[in-house]
Amino acid sequence: MPAAPTFPARRRWPSGIRIVDGAVSTWTAVVLAFLYAPIVVLVAYSFNQSRLNIVWQGFTFEWYRQVLQNSPLLRAAQNSLVIAVVSTLLSVLLGTVGAWLLHRYRFAGARTLQTLVAVPMVMPEILMGISLLILFATVGMGLGFTAVIIGHVTFSFPFVLVAVQARLRGLDPAMEEAALDLGATPLQAFWLVIVPCLRPAIVAGALMAFTLSWDELIVTFFTTSAASATLPIRVFGMAKVGLNPMLNALSAIFILATIAFVFFSDYLRKLSR
Amino acid sequence: MKSAPDRRTPRWRAWLLLTPMIAWLVLFVVAPTAILLVYSFCERDEVGRVVFTFSLENYRRVFDPIYLRIFARSVGYAGLTTVICILAGYPVAYCIGRAREEWRHRLLLLLMVPCWTSFLIRTYAWITILKEEGLLNGLIRLVAPTATGFDLMYTPTAVVIGLVYAYLPFMILPIYGSVEKLDGALIEAAHDLGAGPLRVFSSVIIPLTLPGIAAGTLLVFVPAVGMFAITDLMGGARVPLIGNVIQNQFLVARDWPFGAALGAVFMGLFALTYWILLRLGAREEDPA
Repeated sequence: MPAAPTFPARRRWPSGIRIVDGAVSTWTAVVLAFLYAPIVVLVAYSFNQSRLNIVWQGFTFEWYRQVLQNSPLLRAAQNSLVIAVVSTLLSVLLGTVGAWLLHRYRFAGARTLQTLVAVPMVMPEILMGISLLILFATVGMGLGFTAVIIGHVTFSFPFVLVAVQARLRGLDPAMEEAALDLGATPLQAFWLVIVPCLRPAIVAGALMAFTLSWDELIVTFFTTSAASATLPIRVFGMAKVGLNPMLNALSAIFILATIAFVFFSDYLRKLSR
Repeated sequence: MKSAPDRRTPRWRAWLLLTPMIAWLVLFVVAPTAILLVYSFCERDEVGRVVFTFSLENYRRVFDPIYLRIFARSVGYAGLTTVICILAGYPVAYCIGRAREEWRHRLLLLLMVPCWTSFLIRTYAWITILKEEGLLNGLIRLVAPTATGFDLMYTPTAVVIGLVYAYLPFMILPIYGSVEKLDGALIEAAHDLGAGPLRVFSSVIIPLTLPGIAAGTLLVFVPAVGMFAITDLMGGARVPLIGNVIQNQFLVARDWPFGAALGAVFMGLFALTYWILLRLGAREEDPA
């Protein structure tokens, strides 16, 4: 039995490196504090009785009560949810099928198509917003839910497509061939063999699409009507006016949801490994 | 013997499945961009309706010194934001990328929360701090009751703080991706060959992580140039940037052709930046 390979003792790094390492760790802590401090302040002051933010006048849930009774905000949250769910479903459908076809087939124009898919991912949102606004005006389509959902699907589905494509590259092509040789139709092979293998990527893409849609302001700004105003649109309007403890409370709810979401997606990622 | 049919060439059924995606991209990416370009050559009448003619008037106005200055300012702010994000974010990305497995995972999760939190909320957090009656001045008055405090809100400083705060995580993550792939053996080899820490950093680590920096710049610089929400909230109307001007042409001034021309020039600027960064990232990825 061969002896376990012996490694040379870890080389001693020059002492300068250790000082640099310490500085880098300290700086990381400082940056993380910079990223978190404003959020912590925001949440803390959502419990402050004072309408103005400086003085602490005592603990209250008043602002949360007001948020939960503010019907325009609740309406906006409902709109956001509807838009995010519909555009996520459409993005998953379009992105998964698109990724599969681009992976599976070779045809003229496939490269152009691939480049075109990347455009909405990197294009500045304001350009997408104004060009969609002009399109809808030109064809005489009114703004509102349909327009917003079209915009959201346009920038979300490429993220699903890219996530699924990455997973497909690691997939054994023999799986599909085996399914086809055993008599499955291409559609059955896709649905019964390929899709189950792609599930982690589809879930990751769907989570991405949902968050993108839920947080989106700019494209929505140009394509929404008053009736379809989403939560970010309302929050933007309120923040423009100035300080408002209700916004602190709303933000605190959002941040809590984000933390839960991050841990949930981390949990899903661990499950799928 | 009959040869097996070529499974790689799409037949009518595959084309049928491809149609929705192609149609979507043509209808909602290609067509809007084309119509935007057409509009930029049009004119508008007194009530704001678009008159379809061919005129270069809008472009002449875009290249007026007023708008050129706004373009330059937007690029300047976005550039400054990008530089600050690289300088502040690089050490963080490096630290996370070189940390031990369990720590790396924890630090990444810690970075994810601000990353996934809506930029609106994060911008609002800074408003509560920087407003005249906000936390910063409150703290200052607590220490020195007679001090006048700062009036940072609605200044260029506030705009840059808002932009850096919003985009910093999007610089750290791609650089982290490059640092994580960094081969430790290359660094040790450089040490063995007598390079000092500074030399190793500038001639080995930086070039190897350049794709990450390029990707981060793409995620920070490009959106920051056109951003109007953060600049609206933090800068008020005092510091108009290109995003605010475009937004204004469409929703307030209702001069769509001029707004389209501004958008078209911005699109050119974006395409140029994208092309440069793509080449920069690609060259370093495979140094063949």
